[in-house]
Amino acid sequence: MKVLVPIAKVPDTTSKISFVENNTKFNTDGVTFIMNPTDEWYALTRAIELKETGKATEVIVMSVGGADYEPIIRKALAIGADRAVRVDAEPVDAFFVATQIAEYVKNENIELVITGKETIDYNSFQVGGMVAELLDWPAFALVNKLELNGKTATVTREIEGGTETAEASLPLVICATKDLAQARIPNMKGIMSAKTKPLQVLPPKQVETRTRVISYALPEKSKQVKLVSPDNIAELIRLLHEEAKVI
Amino acid sequence: MAVLTFVEVADAKVKKASLEAAAYGSKIAETNGVESIAVVLGEAGIEELASLGKVGVNRVLHASDARFNTFDSKAFAKAVSEAAQKVNASIVVLSFNQNGKLLGPRLAVRLGAGYVPGASEVPVTENGTLKVKKNVFSGKASAIYEVTTPIKVIALSPNSYPVAKKEAVASVEAFIPTLSDNDFSVRFISVEKVQGSIPLTEADIVVSGGRGLKGPENWWMIEDLAKEMGAATACSRAVADVDWRPHHEHVGQTGITVRPNLYIAVGISGAIQHLAGVNQSKVIVVINNDPEAPFFKAADYGIVGDAFEVMPKLIEEYRKFKAAH
Ligand SMILES: Cc1cc2nc3c(=O)[nH]c(=O)nc-3n(C[C@H](O)[C@H](O)[C@H](O)COP(=O)(O)OP(=O)(O)OC[C@H]3O[C@@H](n4cnc5c(N)ncnc54)[C@H](O)[C@@H]3O)c2cc1C
Ligand SMILES: Nc1ncnc2c1ncn2[C@@H]1O[C@H](COP(=O)(O)O)[C@@H](O)[C@H]1O
Repeated sequence: MKVLVPIAKVPDTTSKISFVENNTKFNTDGVTFIMNPTDEWYALTRAIELKETGKATEVIVMSVGGADYEPIIRKALAIGADRAVRVDAEPVDAFFVATQIAEYVKNENIELVITGKETIDYNSFQVGGMVAELLDWPAFALVNKLELNGKTATVTREIEGGTETAEASLPLVICATKDLAQARIPNMKGIMSAKTKPLQVLPPKQVETRTRVISYALPEKSKQVKLVSPDNIAELIRLLHEEAKVI
Repeated sequence: MAVLTFVEVADAKVKKASLEAAAYGSKIAETNGVESIAVVLGEAGIEELASLGKVGVNRVLHASDARFNTFDSKAFAKAVSEAAQKVNASIVVLSFNQNGKLLGPRLAVRLGAGYVPGASEVPVTENGTLKVKKNVFSGKASAIYEVTTPIKVIALSPNSYPVAKKEAVASVEAFIPTLSDNDFSVRFISVEKVQGSIPLTEADIVVSGGRGLKGPENWWMIEDLAKEMGAATACSRAVADVDWRPHHEHVGQTGITVRPNLYIAVGISGAIQHLAGVNQSKVIVVINNDPEAPFFKAADYGIVGDAFEVMPKLIEEYRKFKAAH
């Protein structure tokens, strides 16, 4: 059973966010890019655990992006993926990305796709659901537990105020969230072997663009905090009631 | 032409996030001079459904079918798309909540629609092109998304659209989607609710603690205040990592995103990754003994002081306030 983990490239969590070209482009100047945290920490590592426990035969990582994705792809290989594929194209929108992933899944007889939760740049949470619909597969989002028993997957997912446990048969799409697996750091052996693991580059399938960002904006101004003395807590209550009107 | 909103019912009541979506969908319908229709899947009381009229829904399509009582994204996507086609919806709205995050993209694919996940404002439509604002970079910026496909799907970010109610009732009609048992692929097993607390993502007020509280034995300060205020409790990742608090309470870039009316942070430094999960809160109160703590820069109100002295007083003062109001 082959597992595919789609991985995205995002600005590091501490990046300073700014825009250029009249607020139409993200300013990548001085920004370090990393693998999307939930992809790396949970989706990829759970896939590797499944292989280590004999439930999966191969872990493939996939990115839709230019050559600038290769560092994160190599990192995923160093953490333990068996091989990688990159569709050589700008990821213009989620539908485009999902189409490339679904195509590859069909051609390779992949039975389980584990995506991350949402990318920390656009926070859009859509690629996983789109892949599932394109393939007409069941799917679960915000999954923090995944067990496989033959072709049956038992998952626990976050819901409002708790969790839900449910079952479905493979093939299946899972969107991972925290706690799905124990994050790993690549070791020396992994880093060395990553250099020789296969990384296939494929041309994209053309699809029309459905959504685009036309402009960006930063929050109006940073807030001016109003300090209240610790000896006058009643004043805080008054402000929250009368001024902010939140209690 | 119509705006169709997917509405979820849980424990016999319309979910708060769905009510916001229905109010939002109705607003879009009103601006475009078209009907606001809701679709509800699963068993639900007629009165509760008719009450969607209060937020502006004209008609409710109700598939009263027990197979929909638990969520199955694939079957739900089929049924909601069928409803959208039936009413000739040009805009489909749903909440960007736990189920919506999977249903939204599925609907978009089924309907050949452009999709905006996590919209935060009412869209502007002009000559078939829709523009809508959404938060990006974990709340550090916003972006205007443009969608040009004939059908559009919009998932509304929870807690971003205020619900105003009027006296009106929606008409409720039966809707029977053409699904066979084969369309259902999820077998529900169980729900485990976090006992006796308010769901973090639904709470109007959140009281949150960090490493400054020194240990789990001191969490009564957070819990007591939350209880008095009817608030949910949360924590920083540092605290969840050392198991002082369960991981489902951790908010931030790699945890849960909350956007309550009031977020009270106690003994949390305000690291950028923490702020990413809370900076969309309407009002932020920070209690920290270090005046240089970065959280103060993101706060509306602050108290520079020792949590161990401030919190008992705050709980006391809030009790007095509650008694008087
Ligand atoms: C990739 C990545 C992702 C991350 N994701 C998240 C995330 O999603 N959420 C998250 O929260 N963190 C996240 N972090 C961690 C984050 O960077 C911080 O380390 C963490 O938020 C710190 O938690 P804290 O504020 O509780 O602890 P600290 O930073 O140790 O702060 C404790 C605060 O308590 C104050 N204090 C001490 N004593 C008292 C007292 N008696 N009374 C009042 N105040 C007191 C101190 O002045 C200090 O400001 C992430 C980090 C990385 C690298
Ligand atoms: N360009 C990409 N290439 C491969 N996978 C991606 C890409 N963008 C997003 N993904 C996957 O889809 C998930 C959700 O991303 P998104 O829908 O963009 O928030 C991510 O966690 C990744 O697993």
